[in-house]
Amino acid sequence: MSLLTIKNLSVDFDTAGGMFRAVDGVDINVDQGDILAIVGESGSGKSVSMLAMMGLLPWTATITADEMSFDGIDLRDLGPMARRKVIGRDMSMIFQEPMSSLNPCFTVGFQIKESLKIHLDLDRAERKKRAIELMELVGIPDPERRLKAFPHQLSGGMSQRVMIAMALACKPRLLIADEPTTALDVTIQAQILDLLADLQKETGMALILITHDMGVVAETAQRVQVQYAGQKVEEQEVRGLFSDPHHPYTAALLAALPERATERHLPTIPGVVPGQYDRPQGCLFSPRCKFADDKCRKTPPPVQPPDLGLARCHYPITRQEDVA
Amino acid sequence: MNAVVSAEGLARHYEVGGGLFSKPGVVKALSEATFQIEAGKTLAVVGESGCGKSTLARLVTLIEEPTAGSLNIDGIEATPDNWDRLRSHVQIVFQDPYGSLNLRHRIGAILEEPLKINRPDMPAKERQAKAREMLELVGLRPEHFDRFPHMFSGGQRQRIAVARALMLEPKLLVLDEPVSALDLSIQSQVLNLLLDLQERLDLAYLFISHDLSVVRHVADDVAVMYLGRPVEFGTKEQVFSNPRHPYTKALLSATPSTEPNPDKMRIKLEGELPSPLAVPDGCPFAPRCWKAKTKCREQRPELMGEHPAACWYPEG
Repeated sequence: MSLLTIKNLSVDFDTAGGMFRAVDGVDINVDQGDILAIVGESGSGKSVSMLAMMGLLPWTATITADEMSFDGIDLRDLGPMARRKVIGRDMSMIFQEPMSSLNPCFTVGFQIKESLKIHLDLDRAERKKRAIELMELVGIPDPERRLKAFPHQLSGGMSQRVMIAMALACKPRLLIADEPTTALDVTIQAQILDLLADLQKETGMALILITHDMGVVAETAQRVQVQYAGQKVEEQEVRGLFSDPHHPYTAALLAALPERATERHLPTIPGVVPGQYDRPQGCLFSPRCKFADDKCRKTPPPVQPPDLGLARCHYPITRQEDVA
Repeated sequence: MNAVVSAEGLARHYEVGGGLFSKPGVVKALSEATFQIEAGKTLAVVGESGCGKSTLARLVTLIEEPTAGSLNIDGIEATPDNWDRLRSHVQIVFQDPYGSLNLRHRIGAILEEPLKINRPDMPAKERQAKAREMLELVGLRPEHFDRFPHMFSGGQRQRIAVARALMLEPKLLVLDEPVSALDLSIQSQVLNLLLDLQERLDLAYLFISHDLSVVRHVADDVAVMYLGRPVEFGTKEQVFSNPRHPYTKALLSATPSTEPNPDKMRIKLEGELPSPLAVPDGCPFAPRCWKAKTKCREQRPELMGEHPAACWYPEG
């Protein structure tokens, strides 16, 4: 049985201009020890689907799903109190902006110990010991002194390490990292990614990495799921995705990477991601797709079998076609 | 030599803190920057945050006066007396297209504003005609002239910012992280536009970025900076295929590549950038360098030679 199963998840936001569908029929499956990356551009619904699962969306959001279970617990009709027992303990999350996700009024030691206090049955001295242990684990030098530091006294990389320490405090079985390195410099990004990969190996937890950076995906993930305008358009093992993409969007995205460019002019994807008012009728990518025909514009595409990367496309790309 | 810009030992220091009895500290945001850019060429400046990239951009765009060193733009020395004259030669495009356009102005007004200020004698009709022409040049439609910035996507806004920068027909365009706020599919559109414009108008670019894969695509020459100093300088081929400074090497290896390859060795840099208030005496990179020796900690290496790298024990 898999650790996390989500089937046909949809999230609608009640906006001034009517309902807006941010996530549209997304399936997610994560096993113990998996590293899954969810990639997509801004507005593709990658963060919203995770926030929906954590129950962190505002009341304007309507969440529907055929199945949403974590470790056998049904997350759909879990009350707030029962949910608090799961999130932060078995399932935790780190966010993009480490500087703004820490509370500036409390020391980092207090913030790490807070989740230990809520979820675990430890006394004061044990909590302090565990907090120091955690800070050592994430590679913060001189942890005993740093426990008393306030967030503004730490650099971006150090704050993100503190966030990771907080997320790991109760030995979660699933860690969701939402753009964990976007706000950091490359050398620090490399440190944090290595740290996450090492911790994942050590503890055997599952890791969901949400990102828009194809390089981060290639270096860290095992399995990749590509999202576009709220839909999952493709899912593959990481090597397969980069060498043999099946959905035209994935292929176009990879071709647009500057390091894959063969000429001075980069291949581009014309147009922009559809918004609330210009959502196409058939395939959501059809207005920007160079292979699209009338069928694509009228009928929503089916999901292809797993050997075609579960591509949501009428005419998935296969390697033979590329050669021809 | 037809360099559009040439800088010699450019430096900018800031005084910070200090009170009634305490002396202010000095942040050396930029020191000893020497470079030249010719027409139609791109110099890319790479480095992490706090390395002085943006300070360099501010000096070259004549927003701030250098503390030391000299700057020549188009053969004229850039002293504050000449700034008025030189401003139309140098223009800048900022990182965030959401923050750099005035939300209350129509696109037409945004594009005409530089002309209103710098060419006060130009008749309104001619000004408008120029703005419309520019709109077409950057790939926007004529009806966009009367719209407001909120009606555009990030990529289109960055086009508007580029158009505004080009209104005064500058010779040098400073691009301060022009694509890092954009999505991947939009990023390639803007990069293509910049390359087209450079070819057509023979512009010199000072391209500031932390994204090495973008730099590899657009640059002719590359300067790598660390803690306010250039540490390596060379052509794109030299820097990317044969990096000489250990920091450049580490930076290249830290950049995630998009070819999944589990065997790749990565140079792990320990620690973080030292505070710019307390720059180490010797080589600024020594505390994080894996091959630092006593000499590195005591004496600061200089940039020298054909493919200069400020290191006592360069690679390659």
